[in-house]
Amino acid sequence: MNRKIVVFSLVAVALAFAASAQAQGSGQVQLTGAGATFPYPIYSKWFDVYNKQKPNIQINYQSVGSGAGIRQVLSGTVDFGASDGPMTDEQLAQSKDGVLHFPTVLGSVVPTYNIPGVDKELNFTQAALAGIYLGNITKWNDPEITKSNPGVNLPADEIVVVHRSDGSGTSYIWTDFLSEASAEWKTKVGRNTSVNWPNGLGGKGNEGVSALVKQTPFSIGYVELIYALQTKLAYGRVQNSSGAFIKADLASTTAAAAAASKHMPEDFRISITNAAGKTAYPISSFTWLLIPGSIPDATKKSTLKDFLKWMLTDGQKYTQDLGYAPLPKEVVEMELKAIDKKIK
Amino acid sequence: MAILTSAEKGPEPVVVPRSFFARMAEGDQVAHAITLTFAASVLLITTLLVVTLWTHSSLPRAKFGWAFFVGMVWDPVAEQFGARPFIYGTLITSAVSLVLAVPLGLGAAIFLAELASPKISDWLTFVVELLAAVPSVIYGLLGIFVVVPFVRTVLAPMLIASLGFLPLFRGPCYGVSFLAAGLVLAIMIVPFIVSVSREVLLAVPRDQREAALALGSTRWESTWKIVVPYALSGILGSVFLALARALGETVAVTMVVGNVPQIQASLLAPGYSIAAVIANEFVEATADIYLQALVELGLVLFLVTFILNGLARILILLTARHRGSPA
Repeated sequence: MNRKIVVFSLVAVALAFAASAQAQGSGQVQLTGAGATFPYPIYSKWFDVYNKQKPNIQINYQSVGSGAGIRQVLSGTVDFGASDGPMTDEQLAQSKDGVLHFPTVLGSVVPTYNIPGVDKELNFTQAALAGIYLGNITKWNDPEITKSNPGVNLPADEIVVVHRSDGSGTSYIWTDFLSEASAEWKTKVGRNTSVNWPNGLGGKGNEGVSALVKQTPFSIGYVELIYALQTKLAYGRVQNSSGAFIKADLASTTAAAAAASKHMPEDFRISITNAAGKTAYPISSFTWLLIPGSIPDATKKSTLKDFLKWMLTDGQKYTQDLGYAPLPKEVVEMELKAIDKKIK
Repeated sequence: MAILTSAEKGPEPVVVPRSFFARMAEGDQVAHAITLTFAASVLLITTLLVVTLWTHSSLPRAKFGWAFFVGMVWDPVAEQFGARPFIYGTLITSAVSLVLAVPLGLGAAIFLAELASPKISDWLTFVVELLAAVPSVIYGLLGIFVVVPFVRTVLAPMLIASLGFLPLFRGPCYGVSFLAAGLVLAIMIVPFIVSVSREVLLAVPRDQREAALALGSTRWESTWKIVVPYALSGILGSVFLALARALGETVAVTMVVGNVPQIQASLLAPGYSIAAVIANEFVEATADIYLQALVELGLVLFLVTFILNGLARILILLTARHRGSPA
């Protein structure tokens, strides 16, 4: 009796496998990608909607982190990668046919703080943020902070600095901005997904940082704009390159990208932190899809091209609902041209 | 084995057919071979682990050599990597957790094995074993929402006020600290100590207790002077199992330790541990030497565990010899 059941189930499993193998045979295209976690919600939305429109195309994406995404695209184990920071020249030199960068959406990082007795939105100059994170500004009533916040009674307490402990695109954008804001930061610390922080506590993930900030009086930290919006976290304004204090939102993030697009290089590897423009929020960044320079499989190549075009046009309308800033139209046009020219 | 060979060699014909014994012998050999393979696979996995860690950390080993162990700086941008703050943090948090968990766990095990009624003992043991199965991220959440605020608002001010003259308890304290990590780890490893120690205590022969009681000792004297020493090597075994768990714990530690690679005498200061930094930075490590430095940290953790386990073995051997019992 038992043996019969075992045999029966084995046959059933074998049949199921055969059926799925057959389904794949009939014009099915499967693409696999891996990389950044920050854009994962919008990517999975895109792949899902695209699959509904073209049921024979299935795109799988693993949000394993930008570093792993870059490594997998270099080793050719995935059809495309994704990263929150552009690849370095050294990394590009490791690939035979090069790796193309295509910006997909934009993200911003915002300063969040917990000062008992202060519930006004604070204004931060670039020098103030750099000074706080370098450990040069140690008290909340430091002139560099008070001068941009007239009328706010800031206490003389020690500032507790909180940063991300895990390697992340968020830290990359934050340290990229601090490097733009302060020469001292650039030489002493630099920009990366993790750095040697001059001071402060580390929290794991956006939720770890925000939990630490909420719990620790007189602390300051930074989180992704999306996370702040979703959890209704209060955050401060940051001074941009034209001197205005800008509150981060989707419009001011897109404005930063539009301003930077005038200097857009051929390969789209550009940092838009501290971009010019009166309404541009200074701590913003693109996130990129990484496409191998040469795709031997003709079906995969045309599928990938079609998807990229769809993502840049129809796909962009899904971004705002999920809290991502859409690409400015200048950048979309440049990318559409580049898709046909560069993907070979 | 001896019986079988004598039966095979036996000169006179035996009533029981030889083939039966031969088959038994074959069965033994098959069982021997299978279990040997399984045992060998453990060794093989360990060897593979070390070889993999070794071959994937060649860049930092070549660049830093032994300085990797004593280096104080961990700078992914400048590609300078040193493991000392992480080794220190791993050892300190584990030590704090043992100091807290050993008396607690041993006390609970003695109660469950010696004093509690069987009904209560079984019920409590079930609860304790349930604790051992809770995922560590849950303990991390407990840590970040309960232990960390408790340390910041209650425990640290109390310790600073009463024992602040010791360098161990100097402020300021933000909650996240070596102490908070040690507390959370202690909660996590107590079930191991309780569960294993209870089994070991229950395995002590009844005569030992009866003999002690017959000689006029009290219940507690028989427990503390006879039963516990008898079971000591087993209890130490449970402690080292718990230590191994504490050394390798990742998620719960990173949520409460503060993640600052520094060496501070004060337990109230934030720190970092080896397992935590690997888990935090591995996915986003892009440069080759950075990734390999994290792998080398894994090798260091393996080495630390290896050394501590070796010391544990020696300690268990010494206690066994000291008592002169065949434990």
